[in-house]
Amino acid sequence: MATHVRAEAPPARPSWRSRLYRFDLKASPYAFIAPFFLCFAAFGLFPLIWTGWLSLHYVDLLTPDVMEWKGFGNYTRLWSNDQFWTALRNTFTIGVISTVPQLLMALGLAHLLNYRMRGRGFFRVAILAPYATSIAAATLVFVQLFNPDYGFINWALGAIGIDHTQWYADTWPSQIAISTIVTWRWTGYNALIYLAAMQAVPKDLYEAASLDGANRWQQFTRITIPSIRPTIMFTIIVSTIGATQLFGEPMLFGGGVGVSGGSAHQFQTLSLYMYELGWPSRQLGRASAVAWTMLLILLLIGLVQFLITRYRKRHELGG
Amino acid sequence: MAATLSTPTSSREAGKKAHAAPSRLFRRGAGDHDKAGPVAYVLLSVAALVSLFPLYWTFVAASNTGERVAQSPPPMFPSGELWTNISTAWDQADMGTALLNSTVVAGCVSLSTVLFSTLAGFAFAKLRFRGRNALLTLVVATMTIPPQLSVIPLYRIITKLDWGNHLQAVILPSLVAAFGVFFMRQFLSEALPFELIEAARVDGANSLRIIWHVVFPIARPAMAVLGMLVFVQSWNDFFWPFVVLTQQNPTVQVALSAIGGGSGHDINQAVIMTGALVGTLPLLLIFAVLGKHIVGGITSGAVKS
Repeated sequence: MATHVRAEAPPARPSWRSRLYRFDLKASPYAFIAPFFLCFAAFGLFPLIWTGWLSLHYVDLLTPDVMEWKGFGNYTRLWSNDQFWTALRNTFTIGVISTVPQLLMALGLAHLLNYRMRGRGFFRVAILAPYATSIAAATLVFVQLFNPDYGFINWALGAIGIDHTQWYADTWPSQIAISTIVTWRWTGYNALIYLAAMQAVPKDLYEAASLDGANRWQQFTRITIPSIRPTIMFTIIVSTIGATQLFGEPMLFGGGVGVSGGSAHQFQTLSLYMYELGWPSRQLGRASAVAWTMLLILLLIGLVQFLITRYRKRHELGG
Repeated sequence: MAATLSTPTSSREAGKKAHAAPSRLFRRGAGDHDKAGPVAYVLLSVAALVSLFPLYWTFVAASNTGERVAQSPPPMFPSGELWTNISTAWDQADMGTALLNSTVVAGCVSLSTVLFSTLAGFAFAKLRFRGRNALLTLVVATMTIPPQLSVIPLYRIITKLDWGNHLQAVILPSLVAAFGVFFMRQFLSEALPFELIEAARVDGANSLRIIWHVVFPIARPAMAVLGMLVFVQSWNDFFWPFVVLTQQNPTVQVALSAIGGGSGHDINQAVIMTGALVGTLPLLLIFAVLGKHIVGGITSGAVKS
């Protein structure tokens, strides 16, 4: 394209007009991407580095200009603290029990939504509706539904003979309750993303497979899943990032600002721990150390995912 | 594909016609490979019920008294207390200011994100420049950085500028989104032919004219979907507004966190549910009206990765 355009411009004695034209061609791409990178530099990169610098100091929230050098003291203190490990374990367990069922159900729903059927538009909109609900509103509703004394869920479970469950106080029930909120909000959204990918799979693949006698389950596992694997990877990465950053649900599930992640921190996540250190406890340096630890964990997960993908690719190509 | 999506109710017939054309193999029964059976209807109905029930129950709780909501079994049907609860919720938190603030914030954030994402997405999809691939990789990489990482210094910047409790403190850090750039690039890579840009250049149009007369009209459906997604996300954003705003000038989510409470028995649960309803209703109304277009926009391939 570029050569074609250049051939039309006169090579000798460039006029003012053609100089302007060339400048436009060269500069405008940078002008178009500049807003993103300027904003990212100002509100993303710069604070990120600053957080790293803060994490090496003792800093009080009320006197943030007074910084006392600590080296890696904040990190070693963090890693010898039980509450940090509890928060890390909670982030992991809540992440797994929300992300795995969520993505599996989204895959199944997308597959169903891809069928020709009556009321398809209604089903698609209904399943996306929770996405429009905010974390705050959804959590407040589920706090009510999970109320051990008068909540709908214990009442319904009681009707089928399951014992009274302490959804706030016990570790696993509270983590399951929080994961339920996350799963409820995001399953439909992921299902639509999968559906978009599934609609791009050529129909003749399915026709050929059904002529060869493949049943629907075989078509799903042998054609659909391999065809949309990049999209599945994309949602796994996005959900992992989301799970690592989980904050609003456990915060509001604990009942407001004072209680942070349950009476025994049974559902305190890393984000919540960071907030507790930085704001109620006023220790910005230690909170920054938590933030950078989160980044390191994400980089580690990203590296593992990258290595798995590469290994699988080689393995499949080789065998 | 877009045509079948815009008329999903008649998709059965449309689908049959579309499929009948390429081959006669369907006559032998192979054409039913993508028709839903009863199991699919049952499973999807259960999913729709689970999706919608908490929303329905929010309305039920918001229209009952606090005592009734705190009884077992919980109420299953709406009652007549909605207006009383709404006025109580209005007294406990400034829901009027909150709704207005959220509209302003989400409106500004989605407008600027859509505009900047379209510009950057166009550059990455269709223009050639040095460092393009490296810069695009950088854009995608920024998606993995948790926003919490920037919160503490951002908080310092905001307090230094004396912007605490002002809406610009919420708007400015969200003016762009890597997701949006990626989203528009994917869309424009496929939807915008190189020939159109070349033709405009031959006609003497400069880049700004090309943006206005070629890119924007073609990108409009994707811009609408992105605008919706960003609006919803911004409306529902909790962490950062919670850190920089107070109850004197809250967004809806910040106001909700004030009426919200967990297991306390002295709190009027019906009023809390009313707050949740008021905060969610505007978005649900938008979804009810535009739902098909939003879903159609998402599934027509704008977010394929």
